[in-house]
Amino acid sequence: MSQQKLIARGHPLDKLLRTERLPHIWCPGCGLGTLLGSFLRAVDYLVSKGVIDEKQLVVVTGIGCTGRLSAYVKLDGAHTPHGRAIPYAIGVKLGNPRLVPVVISGDGDIASIGGNHLIHAARRNMDLLVIMANNLNYALTGGQMGPTTPPGAYTTTTPRGNPERPFDVARMVASIGGNYVARWSIHYPVQLEESIKKALPRRGFRFIEVVSTCPEIFGRHVGYRTPPELYDRLKKVVRIKKPRALDDIVYDWEKEITLGVFRDEDEPGYMESICRLYSYEWCREIPEVKWARRLAK
Amino acid sequence: MPRVEFLTGNQAMAEAAIASGLRVFVGYPITPASDLFEYLSDKLPRYGGIVFQAEDEIAAINAIIGATYSGAKAMTATSGPGFSLMAESIGFAAMVEAPIVVINNMRAGPSTGIATGTGQGDIMQTRWSSHGHYGIVAFAPWSVQESYDMVIKAFDTAWRLRVPVIVLGDAVIAHTREPVEIHEPGEASVYERKKPRDPPGRFKPFKPDREDLVPPMAFYGEGYAVLAESLSHDERGYYSTRQEVYESLVKRLVEKIERSRDRIASSDAYYTTSSRVLVVAFGSLARSALALVRMLRKSGVKIGMWRPKSIWPLDEDGLVRAAEDAEKIIVMEMNLGQLYLEVSRILGPRGKTIELVPVISPQLPSHEELLSFMYKAGVKIG
Repeated sequence: MSQQKLIARGHPLDKLLRTERLPHIWCPGCGLGTLLGSFLRAVDYLVSKGVIDEKQLVVVTGIGCTGRLSAYVKLDGAHTPHGRAIPYAIGVKLGNPRLVPVVISGDGDIASIGGNHLIHAARRNMDLLVIMANNLNYALTGGQMGPTTPPGAYTTTTPRGNPERPFDVARMVASIGGNYVARWSIHYPVQLEESIKKALPRRGFRFIEVVSTCPEIFGRHVGYRTPPELYDRLKKVVRIKKPRALDDIVYDWEKEITLGVFRDEDEPGYMESICRLYSYEWCREIPEVKWARRLAK
Repeated sequence: MPRVEFLTGNQAMAEAAIASGLRVFVGYPITPASDLFEYLSDKLPRYGGIVFQAEDEIAAINAIIGATYSGAKAMTATSGPGFSLMAESIGFAAMVEAPIVVINNMRAGPSTGIATGTGQGDIMQTRWSSHGHYGIVAFAPWSVQESYDMVIKAFDTAWRLRVPVIVLGDAVIAHTREPVEIHEPGEASVYERKKPRDPPGRFKPFKPDREDLVPPMAFYGEGYAVLAESLSHDERGYYSTRQEVYESLVKRLVEKIERSRDRIASSDAYYTTSSRVLVVAFGSLARSALALVRMLRKSGVKIGMWRPKSIWPLDEDGLVRAAEDAEKIIVMEMNLGQLYLEVSRILGPRGKTIELVPVISPQLPSHEELLSFMYKAGVKIG
């Protein structure tokens, strides 16, 4: 083997990245790179298997650290105003039902300012995959308390500790419905990748929460400043389970953050539902129907 | 072939949108725009379009922005409170140059105000609703026929310039029923996008053509990996904080509308030749104002009227021409002086006396009532 071949010429996923925009803005120890890696490997797999055409994919993000992801991915996409990734993605789907929008955004964007859009998308079983990175705080703005911040946690806006209770976002979405609801953490990139592979080519609403590490902004205020410290602290409480009831799903920074698949159904999504009422010319071409048939086999 | 129907302003706007090729309507119930939403809910799916009820107006406007990037002609309709909620994403649409059409049927504000009352208080909000500086286009109809024609013009302008276009209706026009000449679905002449001329990889989604400053538009799904970037961006759509990138972007968003001003700006003048007094009014109030002008002319007053059809940008040349023989300008509007500010800016330096007749009333005044609003304001003719 000549020495030439040993020199790395790039990453196998470079084809899905706007490499000229790298390096990214994410801090050392941030979990978002892990999330992006799992997502791109899942996309690469699904494209290689002919399940999806990368031209169909539209990656929609909101504002925040996670929001910057759409700028790095070499796919159609949008970087929308704060909280509006879900309605924008719904519009993308309505505008061309052959497309496959994927929302990837943070917990502040999805569960706080965009919370209303999230619950209504789940209620409608809208044909949409939402991946929510949960870093337990508002990081890009400097570490303020968020809807997922543990009670008692010190943040820049809770200097005496967080007096509020957090949302268990995955459990909330599971309680509303949607065809697929899962929660992983960045400690389990393979499980996350497999989950995305499963959830992307599906009909209806799919939601994956990814509990992520933010040592630089969140960790520093709660005593886990270095990447390994926060990584290990979080790993102590994440637990993969197969919950039998919603009450088995726990989101507690002190005791347990339940991981796993919380909902796995295959009910017709919104687009199919309107096709039962009106014979649109695109009804035979929506990818979700094709996927549902594949899943039934 | 055009046919004549007897429709309300809202129905006419809906018909115009269908004639323009509307594919996606996203609405949220609000008076006085709900009946437009209801009319389309029944009719649009028959022509292959989708009507979607959003959870709020914020979702509605963001959904139609997304839909335009997918290649669909898309619209929403609302009134003051909903329009206020849409404010942030009016700027988003301007920034990513999404060709959306927003109907805002003005009602009596502020806040919830009088939901069933009419108003004209959203003139400045239409121009400046979103933060930062950007360009916007707005038309204001005074009849059902104009409601129809202006929605078609709104789609044409939105797609020609890649700008958000607002149609400023009001509660009176929305619910007035008049004969209107309408086209068959898809029959209206509306500009189709400029397609990318460069292949994927070379195409820059925000690189404007030199002539009109409008970038060709790539749709999602065409393989261009186009990013609708709400941040300050360069011609590739990549975030940039560089002074020259930011400056050229913001200036272009405004300048591209200025360049097409002649195509957009329009107005009508009535009895302006050798009139010493010029009334300025728009929308439904201009109907009462014109009746008042006619009444006064019968009693020998040399009075005329100028009515802007485009509000943003205003037909400034048209106003200057109409005001040539006038010494006194009387601006009548259903607010405490918004169009008045623009008229003063344009005609003030020309030595005209400019007075305001504010009409704060949930109902459209008759021409006699308008006269009493004039007295109340202390405005005298001559």
